[in-house]
Amino acid sequence: MLHRLQFTAKKLVRMALLLLGVSLTAFLLMDASPLDPLQTNVGQAALGAMSPDQVAKLEDYWGVNTPAAERYLGWLSSALRGDLGTSLLYRRPVLEVVGQRLGSSLWLLLFAWAASGALGLAFGLIAGTHRGRWPDRLIRGFCLTLSSTPSFWLALLLLMVFAVWLEVLPIGLSVPIGAAAESVTLAQRLRHALLPALTLSVTGLSNIALHTREKVADVLDSDYILFARARGEGHILRRHVLRNVALPALTLQFASIGEIIGGSVLVEQVFSYPGLGQAAVSAGLGGDMPLLLGITVATAALVFGGNLAADLLYGVIDPRIRRGAART
Amino acid sequence: MESILTVEQLSVSFTRYSRGLARTELSAVRDLSLTVEPGRVTALVGESGSGKSLLAHAILHLLPRNAQVSGTLLYDGAPLTRDRAETLRGREIALIPQGVTWLDPMMKVGPQVRRGRVDAASRARCREVLDRYGLGPQVEELYPFELSGGMARRVLIACAVMERPRLIVADEPTPGLDVRTAKRILGHFRELAEEGAGVLFITHDLELALTVAHKLVVLYEGQTVEELSPTRFRAGEGLAHPYTRALWHAIPENNFL
Amino acid sequence: MRGNRRKTTLLLLIFAAGVLCALSLTGELLAETASAADFSRKNLPPCPACPFGTDWMGRDMLARTLAGLSLSLRVGALTAAASGAVALVLGTAAAALGGWADALISWVIDLVMGVPHILLIILISLACGRGFWGVTAGVALTHWTSLARLVRGEVLQLKETPWLRMSRRLGVSRSALLRNHLLPHLLPQFLTGVILQFPHAILHEASVTFLGFGLPPEQPATGIILEESMAYLTTGRWWLALFPGLSLVLLVVLFALIGERLRLLLSPAAAQE
Repeated sequence: MLHRLQFTAKKLVRMALLLLGVSLTAFLLMDASPLDPLQTNVGQAALGAMSPDQVAKLEDYWGVNTPAAERYLGWLSSALRGDLGTSLLYRRPVLEVVGQRLGSSLWLLLFAWAASGALGLAFGLIAGTHRGRWPDRLIRGFCLTLSSTPSFWLALLLLMVFAVWLEVLPIGLSVPIGAAAESVTLAQRLRHALLPALTLSVTGLSNIALHTREKVADVLDSDYILFARARGEGHILRRHVLRNVALPALTLQFASIGEIIGGSVLVEQVFSYPGLGQAAVSAGLGGDMPLLLGITVATAALVFGGNLAADLLYGVIDPRIRRGAART
Repeated sequence: MESILTVEQLSVSFTRYSRGLARTELSAVRDLSLTVEPGRVTALVGESGSGKSLLAHAILHLLPRNAQVSGTLLYDGAPLTRDRAETLRGREIALIPQGVTWLDPMMKVGPQVRRGRVDAASRARCREVLDRYGLGPQVEELYPFELSGGMARRVLIACAVMERPRLIVADEPTPGLDVRTAKRILGHFRELAEEGAGVLFITHDLELALTVAHKLVVLYEGQTVEELSPTRFRAGEGLAHPYTRALWHAIPENNFL
Repeated sequence: MRGNRRKTTLLLLIFAAGVLCALSLTGELLAETASAADFSRKNLPPCPACPFGTDWMGRDMLARTLAGLSLSLRVGALTAAASGAVALVLGTAAAALGGWADALISWVIDLVMGVPHILLIILISLACGRGFWGVTAGVALTHWTSLARLVRGEVLQLKETPWLRMSRRLGVSRSALLRNHLLPHLLPQFLTGVILQFPHAILHEASVTFLGFGLPPEQPATGIILEESMAYLTTGRWWLALFPGLSLVLLVVLFALIGERLRLLLSPAAAQE
């Protein structure tokens, strides 16, 4: 037990250091950017028309004149107190914007995460158990094509087919245009989230399927499967293959969090879905550094959190770790 | 005596890629013939790489798909086809493999020995066979990584005798064991033969084979070159093939010549 | 067992090299045509004269598509090579130096893997002021991690072989060991890794350009073409998005296929399949 606690504590410290590294890297990259936030947001013409006083006030607002180190330390100390600054575009606290956008993306992300994991596992199992035969060739070809397809183009295709050509699904957004948030029904929400969720599910699928296939192939080539066959065992797939593929599948599933979030940036942009990914693009294009920094740190936290969860679950599921730890 | 297993002119070859663009046929076993009689231990002796493990896999029809097999396999007087092997394996024909990697690392010993069955009869039989090899009830709750080398071999033997097989194929079941443990494991094979099963003991270790076998079959470069009794071999009588003579000379006490 | 896999792989490689040369050549030649507006033939759907149709400025979509692919290829090749170099240097350094250098490099790898690629590319591209160099730097600096891990593992393994340790003790020089032993062993794996990076690099470049953080709008990059097509989707001009995207997918599939084939050839387990 003590061993597990130590392990968890070590992982947590590492995660905190990594988050610190991510925030510093992101901050330095933004600081290095030659793009002038004033010009991007106010515009050359408007700037020219302003008095030096007004320009100075704006420069203060966008933080142009403070040294980088001071700004980072300032950001860090308030971040540790739970204040990630104020979004320049939305003029609201970053934490609030991130929270609200994440809330709107969450179902999309969760659905895509679960769907790509489940389908990927199923495809990987089918392909791995039919190695070299047509189901395997079919799935491998499908996965190769999928992983070679840019998700935003797939989104465009789906839009063209379902929204423009067949006119069965809406063009985008999370709710019908002009509808008040309270009056939107669940059915409407689902209809609007269907295409984005579908596109996003496909993003992570091929990676999980192909890796699962490799693992299944490894397991099927193992001595213990040969022995199970030599003993005339039935249900080898359920009894041995699934059991031994479960752990790698778990790792793959949690490792795909980053990919799903990355994909959501593109998919939300195409479908004008007001989620975290779309906010990241707006923040980047608009020079909203505090928001972009906040989003980067938040997504990194999700990814590292996923890794941590996988590590901890491993300790619970894998008898070699569970029992090994109990003995020492 | 009527043999339980007859192998005649078995050959096994593989297709594989060698360097460059060439594809070659690799023949691993060329001309293997032997018989196994009930109540006796037949030892197949050959150095590693001579293709002896392939025999075990060929008998059980477990060879990979790129393997081409020809020759005759008879079990209990009738051809051992794939269908027949599939119904017989685990019931009448049992394999005792090399070591702990042949146990599912994620499954406890008990369920593995019982092949997943949970009825009272299976539990009792499992208890019985594990007991026979000195493995207590706590062993059923262990995972393979928690077993010592000797324990793992005994678990594998227990797996094989669960169903009271008539033919036992033991494929190099002793490497990595100290001599005392290895001798004890071999003693178990002799016991199984005395109870009426035919035992095929495949090994590279001539001295171990001599201690346990009723009959010695020598495999050299994929061919069986000699079949004789251990007593005749020890005496060095009628060793026809140069490889067998080399084997005989390799035994320390014969070296004074 | 049908066909000989090695021969088909070789043919595929030759075919891909041909496509590569042809595309980069036509891209150069078509650069003019790709941005030449002709308002007399606006918004034409695909027809014999212009098989991919034309856009709202009368630009030929076939020329734009080919120019876009050639641009993608160049960015892809450059970024794959650059990320390969980063991976080689950091992977070897981590394995050879060990200790804190290894720990630091592993930490950086974890860090890069912790941020979704697309977000990190956006950040790096912003830092470089967007444009060609922004997106190239972004893609190159995010795609080296898995390859670096592979290099590190391989070098570590080689370091431990008894043969190598003995040669060191016998006084064979480091550079000779590197040249005669490490490199021949590492090179096939490494090159395959670089080729496998290629599809990812092309796709990420297109994605980031599509979002507006990559190549500038006046260039006929695939990302730009598709971004522009968004505005005309609802009016039913499907050809603006379909053909450029499809061509990109085909190009990427080609390289993914080659990478996959090479990987299979190198893996000992697959040699017998």
